[in-house]
Amino acid sequence: MLFTSYAFLGFLLVLIPAYYLVPKRGQQPLLLAASYLFYAAAGPKYLLYILATTCTVYAAARLIEDNALRQKAYVKAHKEKLSREERKAYQNGQKRIRFRWAALCLLLNLGILAVVKYANFVIANLNAAVSAFGGGEPLSFVTLALPMGISFYTFQAIGYLVDVYRGAVPAERNLFRFGLFIAFFPQLVQGPISRFGDLSKTLGQPHGYDAKQVSFGLQRMLWGYFKKMVIADRVLAGVSTIIGDPGTYNGAYAAVGMLLYTLELYADFTGGIDITIGIAEALGVTVQENFHRPYFSKSLKEYWRRWHISMCSWFRDYIFYPVSTSKPMQRTAKFFRKRFGERAGKRVPVYLSTFTVWLATGIWHGASWNFIVWGLANWAVLMASEELEPLYKKFHDRFHVDGKLWYKIFQVGRTFLLVCALNIFDCYSSLKDTFSVFASLLTVNNWHILWDGSLLDLGLTPLDYAILAAGTILMLTVSLTQRTGQIRPRIAAKPYPIRFITWYGLFLIILLAGAYGVGYDASQFIYNQF
Amino acid sequence: MTETSRMGRFVKIAVSAVIILVSLFLLQRLLTPKYVDDVVEGAFVAEYYEEEKDHDLIFIGDCEVYENFSPAVLWQDYGINSYIRGSAEQYIWQSYYLLEDTLRYETPDVVVFNVQSLQFNESQREAYNRMSLEGMEWSPSKVKAIFASMKDSENFLDYVFPILRYHSRWSDLGASDLEYLFKKKPVSFNGYYMRVDVRPAENVPEGRPLADYRFGANAWSYLVKIADLCEANGIELILIKAPSLYPYWYEEWDAQVRDFAQERGLRYLNFLELGPEIGVDYSTDTYDGGLHMNLSGAEKLSHYMGALLREEIGLPDRRGEEALSAVWEEKLAAYEAEKLAQYEYYGMDVE
Amino acid sequence: MNELLEILTDLHPDVDYETEEHLVDDMILDSMDIVSLISEISETFDITVTAKDIVPENFNSAKALYALIQRLEDED
Repeated sequence: MLFTSYAFLGFLLVLIPAYYLVPKRGQQPLLLAASYLFYAAAGPKYLLYILATTCTVYAAARLIEDNALRQKAYVKAHKEKLSREERKAYQNGQKRIRFRWAALCLLLNLGILAVVKYANFVIANLNAAVSAFGGGEPLSFVTLALPMGISFYTFQAIGYLVDVYRGAVPAERNLFRFGLFIAFFPQLVQGPISRFGDLSKTLGQPHGYDAKQVSFGLQRMLWGYFKKMVIADRVLAGVSTIIGDPGTYNGAYAAVGMLLYTLELYADFTGGIDITIGIAEALGVTVQENFHRPYFSKSLKEYWRRWHISMCSWFRDYIFYPVSTSKPMQRTAKFFRKRFGERAGKRVPVYLSTFTVWLATGIWHGASWNFIVWGLANWAVLMASEELEPLYKKFHDRFHVDGKLWYKIFQVGRTFLLVCALNIFDCYSSLKDTFSVFASLLTVNNWHILWDGSLLDLGLTPLDYAILAAGTILMLTVSLTQRTGQIRPRIAAKPYPIRFITWYGLFLIILLAGAYGVGYDASQFIYNQF
Repeated sequence: MTETSRMGRFVKIAVSAVIILVSLFLLQRLLTPKYVDDVVEGAFVAEYYEEEKDHDLIFIGDCEVYENFSPAVLWQDYGINSYIRGSAEQYIWQSYYLLEDTLRYETPDVVVFNVQSLQFNESQREAYNRMSLEGMEWSPSKVKAIFASMKDSENFLDYVFPILRYHSRWSDLGASDLEYLFKKKPVSFNGYYMRVDVRPAENVPEGRPLADYRFGANAWSYLVKIADLCEANGIELILIKAPSLYPYWYEEWDAQVRDFAQERGLRYLNFLELGPEIGVDYSTDTYDGGLHMNLSGAEKLSHYMGALLREEIGLPDRRGEEALSAVWEEKLAAYEAEKLAQYEYYGMDVE
Repeated sequence: MNELLEILTDLHPDVDYETEEHLVDDMILDSMDIVSLISEISETFDITVTAKDIVPENFNSAKALYALIQRLEDED
């Protein structure tokens, strides 16, 4: 069920009233059943995958916590009898047991993810390597369907497991509540990757009907549908024309494609998350924000703190910190400090750890080289700007531009273009195309297409461009307004007619200007021949 | 909560609901195509419901019925009260359900069905589905017709709420969308689409050889259902193949229909073969190079049909019925007026 | 404590660590700062900071960080 399908709207239309009508202790079971129904709609056999992850992580977390509790009780009971050394030895022994449970469960779940998502990528690369050395039968590809949202729920489950292992959150003892944490349907398709500590605060609780909360949730959804249906789905035609034929559409076309793709990505992803958070809100559940007006970032580093926040913080907490504080990394730091001085000792671990993170981020995005290069390109830019930091500082101090409005705008624009450019790696599926498109931006002089009408042959009509422009301006206005806080409470404070016009107007805009359905094209109805 | 604030809340909700429903209804009316200026074929199916439903003869099928037979001639010269339930590229399952729908109102003595649509085993274009189905009044037959017709990309809800289908039509709105927001304009003559202009048939392409000449099982099953339905209701079914030179009608196809007609004891008239006997002249009787008949061709076919229905089937002459004659008098006047208007429009001499 | 303040000041000279209590929440320290910081304090105080200790509560103020260091020194 796509968020933008009639089936999904029907599903919500039944679920949300039912959720508030059933007795409170029935709410969680209802949500769990609805989530599995939603998941099964994508393919009943996928349920096996999510159930496997749910059960293994649930069991491992319980075992780990039981062990930790036993250890505590044992130490407490034998406080007098144990020497410090004995206690340490006992604790380390128990810790090893917990570590084994965690590692086993982690490997199992990452293994499932790796096999369904990356098996063919690995096979293709092995085949290429083997044939490069001139030999061998190529391995045949495996046919495994990718279960919906597997990257998201696997990461969410792993985060929980690590948190329990670290003692940061208590293990969930109720299998059904844990199942709901993993399978909560609004965030199954595209995240966010919630933390158990955050989500369980509201997800596991009974909720009474709160008119304000429900209407705020519906309003948030409406805004998400606007972004997705009016903007993202409309710009899609132009984007696919340009990306589909990089040989023809290079140079200025690629620049246009880059901007359109960035618009599509933003509207689609943030719109989808608005729908997710809105549905959750209508159900009384708080899902963490995943975006914080990312295109107003003044640097790439800041952008990655404001875009897809749940993923970035996941990589930070569960990869970056563990890697950078790991013993080998500390040893490496020591080595560089001794050999190359204080500065190198500080920088090298950061480089290596961030490299690992961005490599992992790239791989996580998809099983193909262009994503890996995309991740590493981000890494390279981040590290370069990190190194150039003193230079910037000098420049800022010398010319006193820091904090000036025009300079802020310049920084925001620069970061936006940088993100657009990095997105090119993301949209072409082959690296060869990506690099030739990059080269064409500099070498092909076809900028005349911007004004000679060629842009009207991309599958977008003047009306489409007008709607996209108006929609973009609306999104920009909303973003700018959000600098001083949320918008919905402000609208809610207005008199009823204004609220009615605002929200019903937004609904009508989606209804009339949304790019959904067969789409009207008068020529289809021209009667010919039959 | 005080009594007044509860009242106020109720009024607020009621007024909002009314505004929403009325505005959505108006928008839907506005955005749905009216089929009055161009592509009038889209309005044919709906027009039937305005009729006094007391017909002796009902035609069902695609353009090969609604452009080739003139009920006006059948009335004027034979006193046969007929109606054409035709629509553009009407698929055979749509013909079946339109017949079922018609039987909700009346049971004619004779039904004429044009077999060309056997060539399609599934719906070809969504736009034709819309033109055949939208005009139907809601009934189980319509629902079944929709489900039989929908392509994968279509959704039943789009038929229930046409605004979902036509939501983006606002950029194509014209004056007629406002003018015919609530009223209708007759666009056919008992389902007949009149054209008087002439474009002779020349260089009609031969049919390309097909891999398989058997009609699709789905399409064929509806032919059987049509025959069964007529039999169950005591209706005489006549199968015809109109004299359209294109799309090509294969000998192999013809044989299957002929065998079926023989097996079920039905009349089957292939006007491609009967053409010379009737006097169809492809240099004067078609307006689009042999695809469809113009008025001249349609009147020739109607005369042939009229004589057959009178002499062989014995349909009565109802010109003596006063009320019916009065209705037809008006219709014939409009028919003649349209003829003149078209002669003038195409710069032709009045016969 | 003074040693720690020195390390911190070295990282961001313009911050008043005596009073600042939202170093992480206000994004004064980012993840890279934290990693450099950890490698320095591990070296200076001879402790092992693990990923599990990296939570905002431990890094939001110099005081909190110092408390963490003492706790870790204690554990060894």
